[in-house]
Amino acid sequence: MLDEPLRQSGGYIGQSVPRREDRNLLLGKGQFVADIQLPGMLHVAFARSPLAHATIGTVDVDSALAINGVHFAASGSDVCAELPPINGMQVVTPQGWRDRVDTDILIPDQPLVPEDRVRYVGEAYAMVAADSRYIAEDALEQIEVEFEPLPPLPDAESALKDDAVLVHEQLGRNVAALLHTRKGDGADAMESCPHRLSRRFVHHRYAAMPMETRGVVAEYDGRTDTLTVWSSTQVVHWVRREISTALEMPEERIRCVAPDVGGGFGGKGHVYPEDILVAWLAKKLRRPIKWVEDRHEHILNAAHSRDNIYDVEIGFDDRGKIHVVTSSFIVDSGAYTPVGAGIAGNSIAHMLGPYDIPHYETDCKVVLTNRTPNAPYRGAGRPEVGFAMERAVDIVANHLDLDPAVVRFRNMIPPEAMPYDVGLTYRDGVPMVYDSGDYPEALRRALDALGGLEVIRKRQKDAWANGKYLGLGLGCYVEGTGVGPFEGATIKIDSTGKIMVATGACPQGQGHETVFAQFAADMWHVPIEDVYVTVADTADITLGYGTIASRSTVTASGAIKIASDKIQEKALTIAANMLEVGEADLEMRDAGVGVVGIPDMHVTWREIACAAKPGWDNQRPIGVDAGLEATSYYEPPTVTWAYAANAALVWIDTDTGKLEIEKYVEVHDAGVLVNPGLADGQVKGGLVQGLGGALLEELAYDEQGQLLTGSFADYLMPTASDVPPIEVLHMETPSPLNVFGVKGLGEGGAIAPPVVIANAVCDALRPFKAELNSTPVRWQDIAAITENADRQQNMRADQEA
Amino acid sequence: MVTVNGEQISGSAEPRTLLTDFLRDELRLTGTHVGCEHGVCGACTVIIDGFATRSCLMFAVQADGSEIQTIEGLASAEGEMHPLQKLFAKHRALQCGFCTPGMLMTAIDLVQSSKKLSEEDIRIGMSAALCRCTGYEGIVNAVSEYAEQLQDEEASNVG
Amino acid sequence: MKPASFSYLLPKTVPEAVKMIAEHSGDARFIAGGQSLVPMMNFRLARPSVLIDLNRIPDLSYIKDRGDYIAVGAMTRERMIENSDIVRDMCPLVHDATLNIAHLPIRSRGTIGGSISNADPAAEYPATMLALDAFMVAKSERGEREIGAADFFDGVLSTSLEADEILTEVRIPKAPANSGSAFIEISRRQGDYALAGIAAQVTLDDDENIIGIQLAACGVGPGPVRLNQVEDGVRGTTLTAEILSNAKEAATAAVDPEGDVHATAAYRRKLTGVMTERALRKAVLRAVGKK
Repeated sequence: MLDEPLRQSGGYIGQSVPRREDRNLLLGKGQFVADIQLPGMLHVAFARSPLAHATIGTVDVDSALAINGVHFAASGSDVCAELPPINGMQVVTPQGWRDRVDTDILIPDQPLVPEDRVRYVGEAYAMVAADSRYIAEDALEQIEVEFEPLPPLPDAESALKDDAVLVHEQLGRNVAALLHTRKGDGADAMESCPHRLSRRFVHHRYAAMPMETRGVVAEYDGRTDTLTVWSSTQVVHWVRREISTALEMPEERIRCVAPDVGGGFGGKGHVYPEDILVAWLAKKLRRPIKWVEDRHEHILNAAHSRDNIYDVEIGFDDRGKIHVVTSSFIVDSGAYTPVGAGIAGNSIAHMLGPYDIPHYETDCKVVLTNRTPNAPYRGAGRPEVGFAMERAVDIVANHLDLDPAVVRFRNMIPPEAMPYDVGLTYRDGVPMVYDSGDYPEALRRALDALGGLEVIRKRQKDAWANGKYLGLGLGCYVEGTGVGPFEGATIKIDSTGKIMVATGACPQGQGHETVFAQFAADMWHVPIEDVYVTVADTADITLGYGTIASRSTVTASGAIKIASDKIQEKALTIAANMLEVGEADLEMRDAGVGVVGIPDMHVTWREIACAAKPGWDNQRPIGVDAGLEATSYYEPPTVTWAYAANAALVWIDTDTGKLEIEKYVEVHDAGVLVNPGLADGQVKGGLVQGLGGALLEELAYDEQGQLLTGSFADYLMPTASDVPPIEVLHMETPSPLNVFGVKGLGEGGAIAPPVVIANAVCDALRPFKAELNSTPVRWQDIAAITENADRQQNMRADQEA
Repeated sequence: MVTVNGEQISGSAEPRTLLTDFLRDELRLTGTHVGCEHGVCGACTVIIDGFATRSCLMFAVQADGSEIQTIEGLASAEGEMHPLQKLFAKHRALQCGFCTPGMLMTAIDLVQSSKKLSEEDIRIGMSAALCRCTGYEGIVNAVSEYAEQLQDEEASNVG
Repeated sequence: MKPASFSYLLPKTVPEAVKMIAEHSGDARFIAGGQSLVPMMNFRLARPSVLIDLNRIPDLSYIKDRGDYIAVGAMTRERMIENSDIVRDMCPLVHDATLNIAHLPIRSRGTIGGSISNADPAAEYPATMLALDAFMVAKSERGEREIGAADFFDGVLSTSLEADEILTEVRIPKAPANSGSAFIEISRRQGDYALAGIAAQVTLDDDENIIGIQLAACGVGPGPVRLNQVEDGVRGTTLTAEILSNAKEAATAAVDPEGDVHATAAYRRKLTGVMTERALRKAVLRAVGKK
């Protein structure tokens, strides 16, 4: 009775239901943090370090305080005297992971405003609050500070030198984490390989860069001793937890809300010092406080991402079958590591991708430097390791004069091997088992969407013959999605019979309200209009985890299901009592419960909810508690495995090195698609971000640790005219790990483009025998390849003459 | 004195107050968003005297005497959405919605000031504003369909 | 990112404006379209104490046919220029260049006088005016003078305008009969400043010999760069593959750009050659097509 097929015909799951979020946003009636205005509100601004590394001497805020309209100013020592540092490890790793992966982790805590030392350009050293942001910025200019410059560590390699200055002296080293893992015979397997190749791959630094910067508004109510905090965050419950710790207030006295959030992509996926500082100041000054980051601050201070160097060795046979991969990689974590070794953990788990490779060994150093802290951004370790691995596969193919597509097919795990035990441990502590999918089929479909491999190769030969350059770029990946530890949902059926759903998920544009309503409407057999969804508000759900790591569709649906099951079991008992039949004769239908086969015998949720109420004349059977509500937590057994094959055709203009993407295809499988239209938008949006990282976006530093791309004039994100024709094809292999068969898909699109573009360019330029093993793929590097080759050819021709 | 969405409004601002902040903080028209404050992202785009303009690159005092249209003035007073707003929903041209007001104002000027727009023209025109979520496909499709609608209207008016 | 305080002055006429700048010279700045100045002010990299707003001087916004040249008022907005039939028909290179400037909403507000007096080395108008031998009209309380483009641009973000002078008008010679032009640039994205751009205009005789050539580059020097040596190599020839290739090489050698995070110096030099070749080819094709 409760076990009906969950994807009913005529149900909402699987339909591209229009978004309920759209109307307000289209009318300009969305409410973002910056839109919140409260009486008596003060505006905060932070003085931020112009130096990458320096000792802080005296900080004098008196002149700032003297400005008319300035109400508060504090140095780092003022702040540190009242507030502890933020927990350096906001994400805990489970014992199961630490048991199975060799780890040596020393995570530094992050002072909310440091008193002794600044560690990156943009780190705050003082703060002010004033009647307006204008006045607050005037005040910042009056703060006098003495810095004693320290040698800057502008990148990971300089931080690893023996004589390098320490970013955090108390750690005794510039390494926050050392990780090592091994499968099969590990590196020992290299000995017996007929072919071995080694390469270095570099994945540069870029960032989430949502259109809405971060922002926090806080208001303290002295009468009830409660704090309300609106933060542009992906994790309201984490923000509440850290504020509770810092201010020593019970979590239940703090309400944290993420109103409309203008994009996150991971960049808002952890707690920042400002979240706590703004809450603290609201309580301290008893006035509403607002801080809205400006774009320059955002680029300097919000988490960056990527920035890895991989040294890879790959051992293979004549047919291109890969026997062993080893890698040694470093992650430039910047000055702090808010999400610890999470990115590196992902990279380790994802290196083997869709391939059946018996031996693997990897070690990693997460390195502290004087760059902006590094935290997960859409893909989170997978684009980086994918770049290394998928470039390596192409290099193997070239070495053997085989087609890169053929080498991939020869190494892919066949569908009949599913579920496939990878032989590694995921960062949730569970042994990795790919749950479902057909990897070779995805690649076949991707190639077909470009005309098929034979046609592509013929077109390429024709192009070469005409002095033109056309290349095929491939990139395949698997992605652990829907990771735990849990998500929560509260379901209430109120006396109107409407279904109230609240979860701990915190959307930033994904359309959760719509998607969760689809789930609940099907579970409750009601029109979708009868479902009310609340997200991102700690007042509505006791515990939640948030929207990071491609997880909410999987984890929140599970929680909604468990809570609904719980209530429905009780509702059926009550309905049986009302209809005077046995529960076994009942089914859920038509916004209520009816007797199987008898259309007239039916009670609605509204009637059942009234019957379930406490008090006189209720219709509950004896022993049944009053009320129709439940809060449940879904703890997924482990991750579901989404995957994709990407392929692109790219033309090179050898005069300028400019490349033109003729078409980009991604064949993506995230299991059952709840709302195919929204799923498609997620993958395409991710793809364009990936293309931005591949070609345009860069957080570049100079040797002094100065960021060179601190505005949108220099940090170049793709515009409408930078986007090539894109086709996304969806496969839907259900996951066996949850009742809906769903997998996560928020991040996938962003994973492959950097390597697909690099592979395509190298493929087009095969006549020049060139390799591009670092990102971003720059026109000037491509132009240099063709120019040098031209020059060499001319020189050779001259010599021969 | 400015006319905002058809309504005459007078207010005062110190010279340095950006038009964006005046619209948002003084007039409480918070649909116009602040994305970069240096004229690149386009989130603050409003229509001033008929032309899409960055409100972060103007001081409020400079708008004196102008006619300004913001996102709040796009739908009818009864809440009936503008055709382009409907097309944005239809084509899934928004996700987080932060860039959306600027996108809409940019697109309206682009379409209304051009005779015929190819997809390429639309992509170049809409490159004036950044969207981080959608990858632009829905935006370009929505603007294309709006341009076609306007052309059909014109054709039928002429006919 | 909010600007520092300033006093705001709003002249209604040119004489009022020059009087104001004379009174406040040193710490006052004119604001035209503000599309470059306001970002600098928002970053507090520019902080004039007095801002003289030229946007309410109606006498500075016009496009006029004056026989040999067209006269464009300094406060004429780029949107007006791109939509002007006079400009498109008589100075097609200016029309072409305008379409390469940033984006529609920037051109709604940006002015020709603002762009020229800001003199960004990567901007389209300075190179275009340099190529076309345009004249800038400057006024001050001391009087009026006309400055040739070659004397006007004076290094990075610098012009020969005196501190008390205001640019009021740009005089752009009309394209000769049998001429063709092209503005071609390469930038990392649509609307970004050029990594290298070329403004080119050629005039042909009846046998398609190039009797007139005007070439200037943007984005590859401290200011716009007139490519005299390239012009010399092309003038009097017909455009053969060899001449084109020589022009490309000469353009590459003629500039001395600096590298930055977007492009190395060597790459910009290379692009200067490629853009020169493309602009020349297109300009000649257009000239031939007109005949």
